[in-house]
Amino acid sequence: MTADSTPALVQQADAATDGPPAGPSAARGPRARNTKAYLQYVAAKIAGAVVSLFAVLVTSFFLFRLIPSDPVKQMTGGRPVSAEQLESLRHQLGLDQPMWQQFTSYIGDALTGDFGASFAYHAPVMDKIVEKLPATLLLTGTAYVLYSLIGIWLGTRTAWRNGSAGDRFNTALALTLYSVPSFWLGLLLIIVFSVGVGPIPGMFPTGGMTSGDTSGFGYVIDVAHHMVLPVITLVAVGYAQTLLVMRSSLLDEMGSDYLTTARAKGLRDDVVRRKHAVPNAMLPTFTLMFVNLGHVVAGQILVETVFSWPGLGSLFYQGLSTPDLPLVQGLFFVFATAVILANTLADVLYPLLDPRVGR
Amino acid sequence: MVVRVPPSSAPPRSRLRVLLASGAAALALAAGSVVPGMPLGAAPQQAQAADSGGKTDKTLTVAVAQSVDSLSPFLAQKLLSTSVSRLMYDFLTNYDAKDNHAIPGLATKWEPSADKLTWTYTIRADSKWSDGQQATAEDAAWTFNKIMDDEAAAQANGSFVTNFKKVTAPSPTKLVIELKEPQATMAALDVPIVPKHVWEKVGDFSKFNNDTKFPVVGNGPFILTDYKVDQYVKLKANKDFWRGAPKFDELVFKTYKDQDAAVAALRKGEVSFVAGSPALTPAQANSLKGDKNIKVNEGPGRRFYALATNPGARTKDGKKFGNGNKALLDKRVRQALFLSIDRESIIDKVFQGHAVEGKGYIPPRFSAYAWEPSASQKLAYDPDKAAQLLDQAGYKLKGDQRVGKDGKPLDLRILCHATDPNDKAVGKYLKEWWGKLGIGLKVDCLDDVSVPWYAGEYDLAFDGWSVNPDPDFVLGIHTCAALPTKAKASAATDNFICDKSYDELYKKQLAEYDPAKRAELVGQMQSWLYDSGYMNVMAYPNAVEAYRTDQIKSITTMPEAAGNIYGQDGYWSWWSAVPASSGGDSDSDSSGSSTGVIIGIVVAVVVLAGGGFLISRRRRTTADDRE
Repeated sequence: MTADSTPALVQQADAATDGPPAGPSAARGPRARNTKAYLQYVAAKIAGAVVSLFAVLVTSFFLFRLIPSDPVKQMTGGRPVSAEQLESLRHQLGLDQPMWQQFTSYIGDALTGDFGASFAYHAPVMDKIVEKLPATLLLTGTAYVLYSLIGIWLGTRTAWRNGSAGDRFNTALALTLYSVPSFWLGLLLIIVFSVGVGPIPGMFPTGGMTSGDTSGFGYVIDVAHHMVLPVITLVAVGYAQTLLVMRSSLLDEMGSDYLTTARAKGLRDDVVRRKHAVPNAMLPTFTLMFVNLGHVVAGQILVETVFSWPGLGSLFYQGLSTPDLPLVQGLFFVFATAVILANTLADVLYPLLDPRVGR
Repeated sequence: MVVRVPPSSAPPRSRLRVLLASGAAALALAAGSVVPGMPLGAAPQQAQAADSGGKTDKTLTVAVAQSVDSLSPFLAQKLLSTSVSRLMYDFLTNYDAKDNHAIPGLATKWEPSADKLTWTYTIRADSKWSDGQQATAEDAAWTFNKIMDDEAAAQANGSFVTNFKKVTAPSPTKLVIELKEPQATMAALDVPIVPKHVWEKVGDFSKFNNDTKFPVVGNGPFILTDYKVDQYVKLKANKDFWRGAPKFDELVFKTYKDQDAAVAALRKGEVSFVAGSPALTPAQANSLKGDKNIKVNEGPGRRFYALATNPGARTKDGKKFGNGNKALLDKRVRQALFLSIDRESIIDKVFQGHAVEGKGYIPPRFSAYAWEPSASQKLAYDPDKAAQLLDQAGYKLKGDQRVGKDGKPLDLRILCHATDPNDKAVGKYLKEWWGKLGIGLKVDCLDDVSVPWYAGEYDLAFDGWSVNPDPDFVLGIHTCAALPTKAKASAATDNFICDKSYDELYKKQLAEYDPAKRAELVGQMQSWLYDSGYMNVMAYPNAVEAYRTDQIKSITTMPEAAGNIYGQDGYWSWWSAVPASSGGDSDSDSSGSSTGVIIGIVVAVVVLAGGGFLISRRRRTTADDRE
């Protein structure tokens, strides 16, 4: 839970004992009155985001030059390369320029969206990122949506039936899967469901995104078929986080007086849970979801490697081993931008959910 | 007054909605698991096309650990990319699969002039580019000149042309290369020859990756038809190839980033061949040995695995730098270190039998140049002799530590590659064996060893190179000319070795066009290296690969007697591979699809039943809560 939500819950309890229960009607009032304050708040958050982005730009330059490595030597390792060729290669890649010159040209180009050409792939970095982005978003995005939904649903159910067999089983299962290393689970799924073990036939491919030679709807089915095992792996190891946060915040809510009031009004259990308890308990989960959203773009290096999924995570890892400076600088900036944007979005939307914030 | 609100009529509707939703989801799941299981319909059965009845397309699928960095032969550095170039474009010469000697490629004959500075190649008349045009000497001349003139085009193969003065094509079948100095490696120019009429249209060679138009125009045994970044490279057989068309119709290199997943794919039949990275691990090879449809190919490798000793890092001008331990400047200390390495143990315990004990610098599979120390010269495992040598050198045992004349204990560091488990394992053994001698050892495992290496800040290091049929490069990295011009700058040198007698031998062998005489000189160089103690080979790791015998009937290794399949010097493996007869797996295909249908239906039933059960339970508990 974030620092924001704890005082909110305390305030909630105070409000319940003070006067009429807090609800949608009370929220509408302050929001309408403070539209100008809200816009100022949004502007401040966006300005902060821009400053963060620039800081990331500068950091990404120096960060990868801290790695003690010679990109030219790493790239040509094992091949017959003469000393003159090494020098020529270094010159072509701009590595023989003084550091300040490399820095100024990097910042200048980056502000126009040009992160240079990858050392290894000889193609503009942004092109390579855009090329791989759909594959990454497809995999981690789908897994994100699924594990968020499953986590919220199961978290709500287990908290509401706190102590029951179902609750204990679900929580234990989630924690077990959370502790399982994702690459191990991935390999296990490949062995069992891809190659087939005993009576279970191999139903899914062992890796990659497509098997080629398909187009149109056939291509969509092909990609979906390849996505099943990696998505299952990601969801299995990811849903526990959302489940536990949802469960604990809902448990905190369940003792509140306003819920007693709602029940006393004769509302059904479902309605009390769905329309009164959950919206208030959602706030910490909401924060967590936005944090995870920011990390969707970065891909999942372990799962991408095990399933040979052509995503940004494995591109970043390959780039790091050289290091392919333009590529890793560009990727680092893109990943950080995604996280900053997600957090800014969370900051901007939070007052709409919880009007006590941002006043 | 309290108004009692009767329970609304919403509940049955919402429960029905949930029931319908779960039913729909179950059907979708069933559909999803059934559709891909359909016989030969969707792509997943694609890779089994080689052995499914009715399809004439024979596909060889190779699982590779890398992805292509560039399809342009002027830029490609990775092994996969250079392998693909070797299949797309012919070289001037090729290497015989039996004994690696140079045989005709695009050139049928090659002759040096009397003054050794001019080489004339006869270009064959029966090699056509895949767009119909004739491949001529003009293409070869254009390729070499482009590399010589354009810095961007020299990125990959510039080192082959540094000694070229002029390259011309006086006729379509004659190529003339004029050299600055004699060069014996002219029958080992591993430069892909590209079609001039296609490539002269390219603007910036540093940005062109040869991946815009498919199929790519080439004259090799295979033609590149499709490429998806980080996923696969597809080639089709070149039916008009002058040496004969390959037997397989299609060749696919599929990227598997994880080798365990690649082995699983081989087991399943999705790929025909797995090479491992750099070879299959003993565990992977052992797990595949039991499968009756899989053959594990093990043969002598092309790498050597050696112990490098710091001779004192210096620049070309003689300026010393770095902090290599001065004790290693004494030959007796270096030999003592190597004498106390039990190489048999390393082969058994670290490589688990998948390696051969090291002898000379050049691995034995390169029979023309391989050299072996004589019985008297050999540094056989002898820890007692090692102790003696250390005593003679002035390092006496004080307790259980060797102490030098200056009273300082003899402690050494060794650089190890963090990504190589063999380095770590051997490091542990070395620590133990040298510890018995009284020498302390610190094993530094780093992701990138090149920085401390080129700064000269090491005492010992694990070293290894993949050797080519022409040994010029691996010999040249120990010459004085390879030393850095500036202190701590990376250079072509491998271990800062610089010796006049070695350099003289190198110069002589480079100018020696008689193969037997050249081999003799190369042997002398290896003898010098062996005696010097700066580079002693511990082992030659074997190539361990595996392929499915129900997809590949036969395939040529290199050397033909026993060798590797992937990463050959030449295209023998993929060109010569014969597909297994079809019809092997058609039964399992149809049974696989019907099993898929059954599984799908079972899953749907389970989900529906489970959903129904949950719904009914929920109704009961909410009623209880309401009370």
